[in-house]
Parts: sequence; structure tokens; C-alpha cells
Amino acid sequence: MIAAYLILLIPLAGMAILGLMADSRRAGRINIRCNAWALAASIWLAVDVLVRGPRLSSGQMLYIDSFNVYLVVLTAFVGLTTSIFSGPYMAHEEETGRVNARRLRLYHSMYQGFMLAMYLVLTTNNMGVLWVAMEGATLATVLLVSLYRTPESVEAAWKYFILCGVGIALALFGTVLLYFAAEQKLGVGGNALLWTVLHENAGALEPTIMRLAFVFLLVGYGTKIGLVPLHNWLPDAHSEGPTPMSAILSGLLLNDALYAVVRCKMLVDGSLGTDMAGYLMMGFGLLSFLVAALFLHRQTDIKRLFSYSSIEHMGLMTFAFGVGSSWATFAALFHMTTHSLTKSAIFVTVGHAAQLAGTQRMDRIRGLILTQPAIGWGLLIGTVAIAGFPPFGVFASEFLVLVATMRDYPWLTPLLLVGIGVAFAGLFRHLHPVVYGDIPENQKPISANLMGVMIHLALVLWLGLSIPGFLGNWFSQATQLISGASPL
Amino acid sequence: MGFAGLSLYSQAVLLFAGLIALTSFLMLGQSRLVRLVLVFAVQGMLLAATTAMVAGVLDFPHLYISAGLSFLLKGILIPVMLHRLIHRLGLHRELDTIEHPARVTMGGAFLMVFSYYVSLPVVAHSPLVTLNAIAVSLAVVLLGMLLMITRRQAVAHVVGFMSIENGLFFAAVVSTYGMPMVVELGVAADVLVAAVVFGVFFFQIRESIDSLDVDRLSKLSEADKS
Repeated sequence: MIAAYLILLIPLAGMAILGLMADSRRAGRINIRCNAWALAASIWLAVDVLVRGPRLSSGQMLYIDSFNVYLVVLTAFVGLTTSIFSGPYMAHEEETGRVNARRLRLYHSMYQGFMLAMYLVLTTNNMGVLWVAMEGATLATVLLVSLYRTPESVEAAWKYFILCGVGIALALFGTVLLYFAAEQKLGVGGNALLWTVLHENAGALEPTIMRLAFVFLLVGYGTKIGLVPLHNWLPDAHSEGPTPMSAILSGLLLNDALYAVVRCKMLVDGSLGTDMAGYLMMGFGLLSFLVAALFLHRQTDIKRLFSYSSIEHMGLMTFAFGVGSSWATFAALFHMTTHSLTKSAIFVTVGHAAQLAGTQRMDRIRGLILTQPAIGWGLLIGTVAIAGFPPFGVFASEFLVLVATMRDYPWLTPLLLVGIGVAFAGLFRHLHPVVYGDIPENQKPISANLMGVMIHLALVLWLGLSIPGFLGNWFSQATQLISGASPL
Repeated sequence: MGFAGLSLYSQAVLLFAGLIALTSFLMLGQSRLVRLVLVFAVQGMLLAATTAMVAGVLDFPHLYISAGLSFLLKGILIPVMLHRLIHRLGLHRELDTIEHPARVTMGGAFLMVFSYYVSLPVVAHSPLVTLNAIAVSLAVVLLGMLLMITRRQAVAHVVGFMSIENGLFFAAVVSTYGMPMVVELGVAADVLVAAVVFGVFFFQIRESIDSLDVDRLSKLSEADKS
């Protein structure tokens, strides 16, 4: 369990140190180092859990099982590669005068603050602490969205704050109801909010209260996942903040919010014995998937385009978790991984593209492949991957979702297929001229570090060709845990 | 409902629930920001008083800490901070226009009834007091949202936001005798940080649009701009 504590302590220390660090270049390097250590600790933790099974810390504050441990590793990995990109990117932003040293200090410190909140969401065993950490993630990122102080970014940050704040307040109401239901059976005391205790006693919890609680929890955490119609903050916050922020918001925050919903669903399913929670998730997920796919068509800002694509994919995952069969759950877990890796790689490339063109408007970014082949090809391959083409991992996971849907709800498959088709068209009608097309006059190559992007895309490709044994084993353990049946 | 037959404690809880709901309605109709913040402070103090009473009567000593936190944060610190910000931003004379005040109040009354309706399934499993507590706290949450919808001033939005938190705490105190200590402290820390961040935002918003009328934050939307 030392590794679990380390994962929380490293970003905490990083937050404090970076808050005092005036030299922004050194701060960037320290940020990378903190994330590297956290990744090492998370791998240590993963090996520990793989060998010895689920671990509960003394005092029952932290609980690590196969479901959250793989998300911890994913979080640490994406956090590390994004921080490697963030160093030179933010230095470039400082040179062009968009941010000053003081704001960069806030940025680096809050980067670690956000990572801390994410690790706490994943590792905590207490549903109340999970809420606190989720709100903490909003608080850490909200000032970063308005980092550039443009009218648009201030508006985006305000919207993000108010909408997520109110949304997550509903999740707190759900948590209170959960506690209320648990307390009647388990008695007053600190243990009644512990997930492990709740899960053991799920059958005894009062179904009517649990039903009410789940509605509030789903709406609350659903706001953070970006489920339609609560998604309004997401494209704004993603497009106006600094690009590394967009990458970790899209790759990590959305996943972790979905993680919270799935944990709640596991409790409610145990209590109700019906599919009520699943149906709600399917409905919200499918709606988000379809609406976001349509909205892709009318975007003019490249980062907004990809944030709608994030909503679309989160909708698909929510839908798959809602279907709830072992195949669908396996597919959803797999899709969480592939989407997170691909989307953060895309945002990194998009950040470079926007710096190179000096704008985020897609009608002004043209001919990327001719200007700087690495960025152009990176963006093209990333988009091909996220649109769900073989042989990339997203294809495999989307295909699995389709197969699982066909087994349980065949009449919903056409809707999914149409959505995937519409989304593909929406992405490529915008992307084709951006990648090819004629080069505008003042578009010059910049120094770009695409190592992280290549690693991410290579991993997604690998996952598309074959899931490595230990990962497959891991997914099926997590599936067993969530759906109660083995996919293999 | 035989109110006279209830224990004194239950009657007191009902009284506090009623008073807190009343402050929510007062906020809904209050167009002067300074008074809005004052009513909010009263609500925070009522919440602290309820918590202290539950702690004393039912003998939950850990709730005293929660009561103290509510009193300090919601009753004093945040209202004082908002008050000073209002003066620093020169908003203390400004009237926030409420369009259709009668309709807003009617809407509030409807939300109250709706909250009771939603809370009905809970009542089958618990005493009468809990129904009122959960219904009132849900109503306070929804009224806070209504406040945010009907106002254009960023300060009023923050008051609405914080009043939503008050509603949640009231539910936690009366129906479950407070959350576990670690959660309670965490939520209080979040609220405090949120209050500070809101303060920062007031200045950022004013810098960018030269007022705190958040209706004018309308650059980012999917609607066609013509």
C-alpha cells in the first residue's frame, strides 16, 4: 500500500514546490519529474495488485482493485506524456507573451493539483472523499481555463465553474441520500460511506432511496463526463484553456467522472436488482453520442471540434457501461483506454498546429502536411484512429461495443452505426483541408516534440492489433468485478 | 399532521426547516445585492444553529465542529468577503433587475411542491421530520438554481451557488446527523477555495466585459451569430 500513498504524496509535494518555483523552465522540468515518479509508483501499485489482488489500506481510506488500478496507471501515463509536451509548449506561449511568469507558476502548481485530485478520485474508498476530490479537480483547473485572460477564456471558465459546481452539488445530494440509505442499515458512523462496506451490504440498502440517489449522482457526475444536455461547459473549457489542459481534461477528467458513475452504478444495481441505472446510462449515453456527432459538423474551432468528439466517445462509453453485459463492460473499459490515449495525442498535435498557424480557426489552418509533415501526419493518423478506423484500438473497442449491443439490444445498433458514420463525416470534412490544402503565407514550422504523440499512437495501434495478455487479463478481472460475469 | 404530538426536538427542526426555506424565498425576491448577501448570512447562521441543536439534543459531539465551520464560513467569512467585494467593485447601490418577480416567486412555490413530491418515496422509511428536512433541503437547492437562472449579476450567482451548498448541508445534518468528519472537512475546504476563486473571477470578468452582468458573457455558443 506504500505505493498508493506515494501516488498521492508525490503530486501533493509537487504542488507545493511548484507553487514556490519562480523559474518557469525549471518548473516545467520538475513537473515532468513529478509525473514520472508518480507513474513509477503507479506501476509498482499495479504490479502489487496484480500479484496480491485487491488491497484495502489500513483505516480503509484507500481501496485499490483491478478496476481503478488500471485507470491510475493510465492517468499517470497520460499525465507524464502531456507534461513532457507542456514544458516547451508553455515556454513558447511565454515567449509570445500570452502568459507571464506568475501565471505559469499557477499553471504548473495546479497541474500537479489536478493530478492529485485525479489520483484521489480513483484511489479513495470513501464516496464523500470522492466527491470532494472531484470538486477539487474543478477548482484546480478553473483558473487555468482563464489563464490567457481573453474575454472568451474568462467566459469559458465562468461557465465551467458554475455549471460543474451546480452539477456536482447535485452529486453531493446524491451522496447524502446514499449515506442516509446506508445509515439506516449500518448505523451512524464513518463506515457507512465506504464503498467496500456499501458494496458488501448493497442488497440490504433501501431501493427507493437508492433509486433517487442514483438519479442525483448520475446527473451530478454526468455533468463532468459531459453528457448531453449538461455538456455546455466542455467545448468551451477545452477550447479556451491552454492545450495541455485540454489534453488532460479530455483524457483524464472525463474518464474519472465516468469511473465515479460506474462505482455508483455497482452499488445501485446491487440494491435494486433491476436495470434502472443501466437504462438511464444508456439513454443519456446514446443521446450524447448522437447529439455530439451532429455538432461536429458545425464547428469552426479545431479544439472545439475535438472536444465534441470527446463528448461523443464519452457518450458511447456511458452507453456501453449502461448495457452492462460482460462484453459491453469489457468494451467500455477498453474504449476508455484507447480514447484517452488517442484524444490526448490529438490535443497535443492540435496544440502544435494552432501554434504553427497562430490561430485555432480551422479555415485559417491549411496544408499542415506540407508545412510540417510530422504535425500534419500526426493529426491525420490521430483523427483516423479516433474516427474508428482499423487497425487502431478505437476500432476494436467500438466494434466490441457494437457486437455487445447487437447481442442485447439489436434495435439500437443502427443508431450507433449512424452516429459513427455521422461523426466520421463531421471530423473529415473539417480535417481534410486542414491537413492538405494550400499553405497560407505566414505559416512556418515550429520546434515540436512529437515523441509523446508517437508513443500514444503506437500504443493505440498495438492495442488495435492485439491486446497484450496482462492487459486483457486485467480488463477481464475488472469486467468480472463490474458486471459480475467473465467476458471470456 | 399532528405537530403538537411531536417531540420538542422535531418541532424545532421543522421550525428551522421553515425558516431556511423562508430565507431562500427572501433571496429570490431581493434585488439589492447588499441585502441579498445579508439574507444569505442569516441562512448560514440558521444552518449553524440547526447543526448545533442536533449536536446538543442528540448528543453527536462531532457535529459541534460542523456547526462551528458552518457558522464561520457561511455565516461570517463568505458574507463578509462578498460584502467587501461588492463595495470594492462599486456595486452596493446597484439594483439587479428581476424580470417578472411574481412569476419567479410562483415558480419557487412550484419547486417547493415538486420537492415534496420527489421526497415522498423516502417518507415511507423514516419519520415525518425527515420528509420535511429532505424536501426543504431539495427545495433550497432548486431555489438556489432558480436564483441563478433569474439573475444577471455574477455576485447573485455566487450567492445562489453557496445557498445550494447550504441546502445540502441541511439535508446532511437533519437526515443523517452530518457526514463523516473527513468528508465534512473536505467539503468545507472546497467551499472556502471556491469562494476565493469566485472573488478572483469577479475581477477577471469585470476586466474583460467591464461589468458583472454575466448575460453579456455570450461569445461562446453554438447558436448562429448573425
